[in-house]
Amino acid sequence: MPSIHYDIAHMLGAVVLLMSFALLYQRRLSSIIQVFAAQSTVLAAAAAWQGYIQDAPHLYITALLALSMKAIVIPVALNRVIQKLRIERTVDTALGVGPTMIAGVSLVTLSILLVLPVTPDVTALTREDLALALSVVLLGLLTMITRRNAIGQVIGFMSLENGLILAAIGVEGMPLIVEMLVAFAVMVAFIIFGIFFFHIRERFDTLDLRTLEDFRGERR
Amino acid sequence: MAFISLCILAMLVLATVGAARPWFSHAHEVVHAGMALTCGAAAVAVLARLAANDSGVETLTLPIGLPWLHANLRLDALSAIFLLAVNLGGCLAAVFGWSYARHDAEPGRVLPVFPLFIAAMNLVLVADDAFVFLAAWEFMSLSSWLLVLATHREDETRRAAYVYLVMASFGTACLLLGFGILAGASGDYGFAAIRAHQLEPVPASFAVLLVLLGAGSKAGLVPLHVWLPLAHPAAPSHISALMSGVMTKVAIYGLMRVLFDLIGQPLWWWGAVLAVIGAVTAVVGVLHALMQDDIKKLLAYSTVENIGVIVIGLGLALVFKASGVPALAALAMTAAMLHVLNHSLFKSILFFSAGSILTATGERDLNQLGGLIHRMPATALFCLIGAAAISSLPPLNGFVAEWMLFQAVLNGPLLEQWELKIGFAVIGALLALSTALAAACFVRFYGIAFLGRARSARAEQAREVDPVMLTAIAVPAVLCLVIGVLPKLAISLIEPVNRLSVGEGMFDAGGHGGWVWLAPASAFGNSYSGFMMFMTILILTILAVYMIHRYASNRVRRSIPWGCGFTDPAPLGQYSASSFAQPIRRVFVSQLFGARDIVDMPAPGETRPARFELELRDPAWDWLFTPVVKLVGWIADKVDHLQFLTIRRYLTLMFLALVTLLVLVAVSQ
Repeated sequence: MPSIHYDIAHMLGAVVLLMSFALLYQRRLSSIIQVFAAQSTVLAAAAAWQGYIQDAPHLYITALLALSMKAIVIPVALNRVIQKLRIERTVDTALGVGPTMIAGVSLVTLSILLVLPVTPDVTALTREDLALALSVVLLGLLTMITRRNAIGQVIGFMSLENGLILAAIGVEGMPLIVEMLVAFAVMVAFIIFGIFFFHIRERFDTLDLRTLEDFRGERR
Repeated sequence: MAFISLCILAMLVLATVGAARPWFSHAHEVVHAGMALTCGAAAVAVLARLAANDSGVETLTLPIGLPWLHANLRLDALSAIFLLAVNLGGCLAAVFGWSYARHDAEPGRVLPVFPLFIAAMNLVLVADDAFVFLAAWEFMSLSSWLLVLATHREDETRRAAYVYLVMASFGTACLLLGFGILAGASGDYGFAAIRAHQLEPVPASFAVLLVLLGAGSKAGLVPLHVWLPLAHPAAPSHISALMSGVMTKVAIYGLMRVLFDLIGQPLWWWGAVLAVIGAVTAVVGVLHALMQDDIKKLLAYSTVENIGVIVIGLGLALVFKASGVPALAALAMTAAMLHVLNHSLFKSILFFSAGSILTATGERDLNQLGGLIHRMPATALFCLIGAAAISSLPPLNGFVAEWMLFQAVLNGPLLEQWELKIGFAVIGALLALSTALAAACFVRFYGIAFLGRARSARAEQAREVDPVMLTAIAVPAVLCLVIGVLPKLAISLIEPVNRLSVGEGMFDAGGHGGWVWLAPASAFGNSYSGFMMFMTILILTILAVYMIHRYASNRVRRSIPWGCGFTDPAPLGQYSASSFAQPIRRVFVSQLFGARDIVDMPAPGETRPARFELELRDPAWDWLFTPVVKLVGWIADKVDHLQFLTIRRYLTLMFLALVTLLVLVAVSQ
């Protein structure tokens, strides 16, 4: 494998991870959605590149799906939700930037420590790719738990799912059906979340989950 | 083997007949007669096998269970001796129940479960893999739980059943884990595989501990005995006899199967632990028994004591086996096995007598009984035999087993370890104490219930029970006497068990030499003859009776008594159950159980009656169970908060769990 293939694939994966970090500290909802769209675009590029170097045409379909659904349809729909609900300016209070970053860096370290020793006999690209993908998954989870706003949590969930796709495309011979199913699941999840947004909003006049928690009498 | 399986099958059929009682008017007769015949046949079959000194092994694989996992059954000498105890007890209980259970208010609660219970116990004894064993064990627990619940309308019964269910689940869980360790990494739960696979000392000790907890909670070892005196008396009397006399033996069987068979070569300190637990159990059990006024509760606590005695025997046998003294191991094992048989016999007599008293008077409180020997002479005679046997009086069977056990204890100095030499002396002292206290306990039981004058109107109007019930009491009483007079008969049955469990058949050099003298040429030099003892007692009794009738006048003498304290015509002036136990209560129990006498004496001139109340506490509840219950409650309170977290918190918890696991993986690489 020419080293340029490896370098570009590695770079694209790293950019996806970088976008996950960017997601972690965004505070306004619109910028979170933009960063997510950017991450999905880079993911689509990574998928396409993998399709090229592995000579696996079905990965182009994956790339197309990622680009159309996650980089365009979902961000546009979420933006419309935001406009409809008039929460463009809402600030989603996350954990402080410093601690979040430290947690994120620790998670990346953990994934590298975890993945590199267990995969000694596969190619360097797959190993790196798996480590990056695991990092993206963990950062997606971290995003979910540091967000108070429902939209922030949904974005965290979808970013986690981007990590899964990243892992899937890095492994040679993963059939298309898996990615199709994952994309479909995300679609369904998005629709359900969308319905919930409107219902929550209708009832509580906000998407801030604290109101919901107060209503349920939960303890924080 | 095939015959025993058929018997179990027949019991299951009888259980369905019992369940069909609403549509089948003779279900009561069919179930009881059927159970008596089936159990009797099974008992005779294993008796013949043991009498033929057959140490062979029969196996059978039934195509029941998962497709690749059949039920394995196996019959060897150890199973056979316990099958004998179970089926003999079951047969007697069925005969007794024929009459006794007729008076039940709700017979439908007992009838289907009674055969199921005995079938489950039989199945435990022939199981040859851990799955069948545990399934049968759990069946046994649940069916006996249902039998306890037969009188569920009483609050006390519901509490007893609850405590029993908790303890039974705990025990089964411990056994499950224990078998898991025994099976090891190979995961083959067949007993043959477990036997072939020798464990390292540490996992083996853990397995022994878990099995001790699991089987011990069912057998009633202190401090896991608390459910036993609650649950056993709550069931109908013939079921109480089964639970006390037989089910606890099945638990002992579980303990033995693991310790003497599956685990291979034992470590000596397992036996020491077992003997110490047994000694503590014996003393605590008998002290409790002495304090009880309820006859069935008294008998249940006495079961705890007897289990303690059996476990001492097993512990000694294990120590001797591990120390390479097989002849003495065989002696201790013989004592333990004989006590297993004995206890199932005399506990049946005593529980059946309690059932007869309950039928005749409707009373279980000793303080309401008295003078029953005049109104129930046959019951009184057989009950006397049972009480004397359980008090280890010669020439009855209880004495033989205890004598052999003491011979084993007295040979403790043969061992190398100093802790054992001293420990055996302590265990011997505790054993002697518990035996003496047991005698006091049954003097109290018999004296208050049968002697003196009736303490209540119902005791005064008691009538002798019917011949069927008397037969069920008489048969074990006769067997007690026969085993006591000719102990060699019973001991020859135990020989194959000894060969299987400790690798040595008999403890005396002669083996079968002579049927009169027990152990004439043994390693420990002493010998005993039940027959000579019986003849001596008989001749002395005849002489004494003759002398009295010859030299004493049988003319009625009239004199003005100055009373000797017996001038009060009211029967309440007699010794009561509490006052009889008072000296022992003062000496032993006031510290141990925190016993307090509360006497409320009215001032002169007041018309209210004086009151006496007795307060007893069980240290097992105070020190072990109440703290555990509190701890569980506290944890439940804390964990309850988890029910009301926000979704973000739940995600955080999951995330932290995931990260922790990943860190563990990363570190362990």
